Amino acid sequence: MKPFLYLDNAATTQMDPEVFESMKPYFMEYYGNPSSIYQVAQECRRAIEDARQEVAAVIGARPEEIYFTSGGSESDNWAIQAAAQANRKKGKHIITSKIEHHAVLHTCAYLETQGYEVTYLDVDEYGIVDLAQLRESIRPDTVLISVMAANNEIGSIQPIAEIGKIAREYGVLFHTDAVQAYGHIPLDVEAMQIDLLSASAHKIHGPKGVGMLYIRKGVKLMPLMHGGAQERRKRAGTHNVPGIVGFGAAARRAQAGMQEAMERQSRLRDYVIGRIETEIPFAILNGHRTKRLPNNAHICFRFIEGESMLILLDEAGICASSGSACTSGSLDPSHVLLAIGRPHEIAHGSLRLTLSDAVTKEDLDGAVEALKGIVARLRDMSPLYEDYLKKQQEDAYVQ
Amino acid sequence: MYSEKVMDHFKNPRNMGEIENPQGVGTVGNAKCGDIMRMYLDIDEDGVIREAKFKTFGCGAAIATSSMATELVTGKTVKEALLVTNRAVMEALDGLPPAKVHCSLLAEEAIHAALWDYANRHGIVIEGLKEPVEDIEELE
Ligand code: FES
Repeated sequence: MKPFLYLDNAATTQMDPEVFESMKPYFMEYYGNPSSIYQVAQECRRAIEDARQEVAAVIGARPEEIYFTSGGSESDNWAIQAAAQANRKKGKHIITSKIEHHAVLHTCAYLETQGYEVTYLDVDEYGIVDLAQLRESIRPDTVLISVMAANNEIGSIQPIAEIGKIAREYGVLFHTDAVQAYGHIPLDVEAMQIDLLSASAHKIHGPKGVGMLYIRKGVKLMPLMHGGAQERRKRAGTHNVPGIVGFGAAARRAQAGMQEAMERQSRLRDYVIGRIETEIPFAILNGHRTKRLPNNAHICFRFIEGESMLILLDEAGICASSGSACTSGSLDPSHVLLAIGRPHEIAHGSLRLTLSDAVTKEDLDGAVEALKGIVARLRDMSPLYEDYLKKQQEDAYVQ
Repeated sequence: MYSEKVMDHFKNPRNMGEIENPQGVGTVGNAKCGDIMRMYLDIDEDGVIREAKFKTFGCGAAIATSSMATELVTGKTVKEALLVTNRAVMEALDGLPPAKVHCSLLAEEAIHAALWDYANRHGIVIEGLKEPVEDIEELE
């Protein structure tokens, strides 16, 4: 493989070497089933409990409130379906936002087919939910509020503490999809009054295929998987021991380095956004300027389309992503960009760059240079740009 | 996901640009994916396409199919150009992924739109040419 610059850390991250080291003994040495009685299994049990502690510490939770799953999507599915189920005597109304991950939106859509009603909160032009609308949407039969901690596309950070406060005030369960936020920005389930929280290991330099659901003590949820006593009888299935150990190590790493990473990455983020905005015409920042994930830059380039941009970036050795229709298999533009009011043709030319600790300023300088050429080249090809220039000329002529 | 031919035409598009005083120009789009293609034709007195150029706002497949379509119609008579269907364009590119078949339809329709414009300007009727649609979703 050719060397490449990886700027798609919201999609997944490279595993940290120390995390990998911590996992190794649990493949061939300590391979026992943690549910068994002999000593090799005991070591596995101990390792799982250590990991549980470390994963819990990141969000100020107690270890017994952490339930390991196969990842963020499973956690989201579980939290929402089980919370709806458990409270169906109270009502069948759920509140979420228009910019949630599909793991949340599609679960809600499924529940709609089962007789539930779902309110999808609007967001403002920066992609932040409207608290007044949240308050107005709560009804006596509302059983769950699910709002993500930070958006996976445009990085906007939601007012989670305020949402938690409102939810508690009305006695409604509050779930947050923290897959992008966990280990990246401070979260505290007590201070923010969060009842359920989903997170995933591979977004913080841990392994793929493992995540967790935090369930506040006292909140009753049905298991999603049946068939074993694992995870306090709530999530059956033999533990993914190396994965869980890796998650613990990644959580420890993220927690220890969070402050420094936040400062460094937000500086680089603002630097790359600044360069793009000043050096590439018709570039529009998506999301909030400061209330955004430290590693997220998301920009629309007018008159061009995202997939072509990504393929050309890839040719230049740069991995990035786009909320564009053509890349995701579905042809519709990103629901997040539409929700913040971007018209279709602008939403199509979007680019998401997400950083990690490994990314340097020089890397970003290289990316901006490549991007400048690519955007110019695609605009040269674009009938929309041609029309725009002609219109400019005509307008100038009229004046 | 794309064939080598598609990648080649995407990275090195043939006949990209405008024709100054074209004999026919047509623009079509697909409202669903948002892609837009514009085709310019220069046609001589004998009805032979001397030059074809394009501009495209769209995905890799849209750019590659426009490029291939211009190559396929160049040197053909107006009647022959009608045989350059989306299938022909796709085959010439060694195929497209299923989700991208509509991109080639955009190319076919852009040729038709440019030919329709040519026919209108010259007050002629091209046998077998139907009035093109602006949004190819109507065709699907
Ligand atoms: S995705 Fe619509 S033209 Fe390619």
